[in-house]
Amino acid sequence: MTALILNDLVLLDLDADDRTEVTRRLAERLAAAGRVTDLDGFLADVRAREEQMPTGLPGGIGIPHARSAFVTAPTLGFARVPKGVDWGAEDGPATLVFLIAAPEGGGSEHLTILAALARRLIHASFRDALMAAPDEAAVVAVITREVTP
Amino acid sequence: MRLVAVTSCPTGIAHTYMAAEALEQAGRAAGHEIQVETQGAAGATPLPPEVIAAADAVIFGVDVEVRDRYRFEGKPIVQVPVKKAISDAAAIIEQAVEAARNAPAPEPAGGAAPTGAPRGPALASKVTSDAGTATRVRQWLMTGVSYMIPFVAAGGILIALSFMLAQAVSGKQGAIDVTKISIDTVAQHFDATSGMHWAALLFWIGKTSFNFLVPALAGFIAFAIADRPGIVPGFVGGSLAVTVGAGFLGGIAAGFLGGFVALWLARRAVPKAVRGVMPVVVIPLVATLLTGAIMLVVLGRPLKWVSDELKRGLDGMSGTNLVILGIVLGLMMAFDMGGPVNKVAYTFATAGLQTAATSTGADTALKIMATVMAAGMTPPLGLALATRLRPSLFTEPERENGNAAWLLGASFITEGAIPFAAGDPLRVIPSLMVGSGVTGGLVMAFGSTLRAPHGGLWVTPLIGGVFPYLIALVLGTVITALVVVTLKQLGRRPLETVTAGEPLAAA
Repeated sequence: MTALILNDLVLLDLDADDRTEVTRRLAERLAAAGRVTDLDGFLADVRAREEQMPTGLPGGIGIPHARSAFVTAPTLGFARVPKGVDWGAEDGPATLVFLIAAPEGGGSEHLTILAALARRLIHASFRDALMAAPDEAAVVAVITREVTP
Repeated sequence: MRLVAVTSCPTGIAHTYMAAEALEQAGRAAGHEIQVETQGAAGATPLPPEVIAAADAVIFGVDVEVRDRYRFEGKPIVQVPVKKAISDAAAIIEQAVEAARNAPAPEPAGGAAPTGAPRGPALASKVTSDAGTATRVRQWLMTGVSYMIPFVAAGGILIALSFMLAQAVSGKQGAIDVTKISIDTVAQHFDATSGMHWAALLFWIGKTSFNFLVPALAGFIAFAIADRPGIVPGFVGGSLAVTVGAGFLGGIAAGFLGGFVALWLARRAVPKAVRGVMPVVVIPLVATLLTGAIMLVVLGRPLKWVSDELKRGLDGMSGTNLVILGIVLGLMMAFDMGGPVNKVAYTFATAGLQTAATSTGADTALKIMATVMAAGMTPPLGLALATRLRPSLFTEPERENGNAAWLLGASFITEGAIPFAAGDPLRVIPSLMVGSGVTGGLVMAFGSTLRAPHGGLWVTPLIGGVFPYLIALVLGTVITALVVVTLKQLGRRPLETVTAGEPLAAA
């Protein structure tokens, strides 16, 4: 199975003005890594979900996500945005952004990795570890260690 | 306190699982037992019915309709948007605990007493959502059959008892005379000192129970497919199948039709305002209308056409080789066990009886009646014998039904074979046809006659040429049983893997 996240899919100290820009910057990395076949198509799918209801959650996190025909494998893009961008959460802007890409078709079993990821997002210890990670490799290590289906 | 929860969201990959985790963490932190069903894209494993039955309160953290919501009926429910369940899990848990405390008349503890839906959820869970198509079709059929069996047992045995009593009271003609006592006579002028009235009472109750056979089969096939919304279209479709003369095969068709129409409707995305009335009004109304219209307008005519053509073919054949006619009638009696083809052969025989009194060709008509009755008795008798010969080839309910099948077969109630045939039509129906064909051909060859239109073994005194008749009956019964056992053994290996896989998939 392909890795959920790679060093190239982590953006630390991202400077962006709004959630659209954060999402696009992450999605570009997914496209460069071959996880997304059509950047604009995928972004449209994410936007459609985001328009139903913003995906910001308390604790400063945003989880833009979509099941999309343009996704080749379950993939996570991660960004730290120190100054924060508004993601629609009640308690303020998001500083940790998780872009979750799921393939449209296929069996449900490989989506369990994303289910496991979503469950970890609830835990403050997981978020703190990601906040404190010194570099991309450390972020990948934290996620790979904690997220097991 | 015991809590259960369902979480779901539009995409099914993130919030569903975050909410589940948040509720589990918060619930355990507050000292409660909690189990969460995640209805997400990674597939949902339904909560076991006993866990739901034991729960004190239910939490729905959902942005889309809860699948199979009826399972939670009668429980205190707290429903919130999925994001609320993530961000305020502790408060939601507190609300659920509060709701449980305020709930009127708490359900008895333990899983034994299901609320609202009697046994429904338990039976529905028999159908495994990720099984192969063939397995699921079989599970749908078996669900319908398992609900139908009590109707067959109650109705068939009451009718048989009625014949036995009438026989004891009025002798030879009793089993015929009892069917001529109208239900009005029983209701308006019941004479407790008359044995025949008691027999007629049994007969009418049994006949009425029998009238539910096909609707119950169709209704619960549809229930297995579409859950509760399927019941009404299934029942109505099944009842219409009877009305248009489509018998139990028509009932199966109606069950599948009603189930899939209801399922299709239940999966429509509808505006939130309408969602509340969907299961109560819209789905039953529209699904029943569609199913009924298709059964009447689309399926009714071809079925009637098939019946008419068969009848015409039979009429043309009666002058030729009588043994071939006997075999054909036997095959028809067994083909659908009380359905249209069976009824064509039976009607052909009884219609002949009416002319037999005046016509000089009376013998042929009476032979046809004897042929049809004997061939209609071997399917249940043969299956009853088969369940005794090789019990391991049959399911527990089938073996129990096998005991009743002795009496049903002896009473010429071919429908006694339906529960076996519905569960495994491709092996059972051909076996029944072989046995009935042999019996039919033999009775015709021996030239036995019968003057009664019904009654089974109880009208044996009315049969002319009774010993060859009984030999043909026994031979057909034994052959049916042997062929069933052989065919079931041939297909045994795949059957075993299927049944072995079921508990795993359901767990």
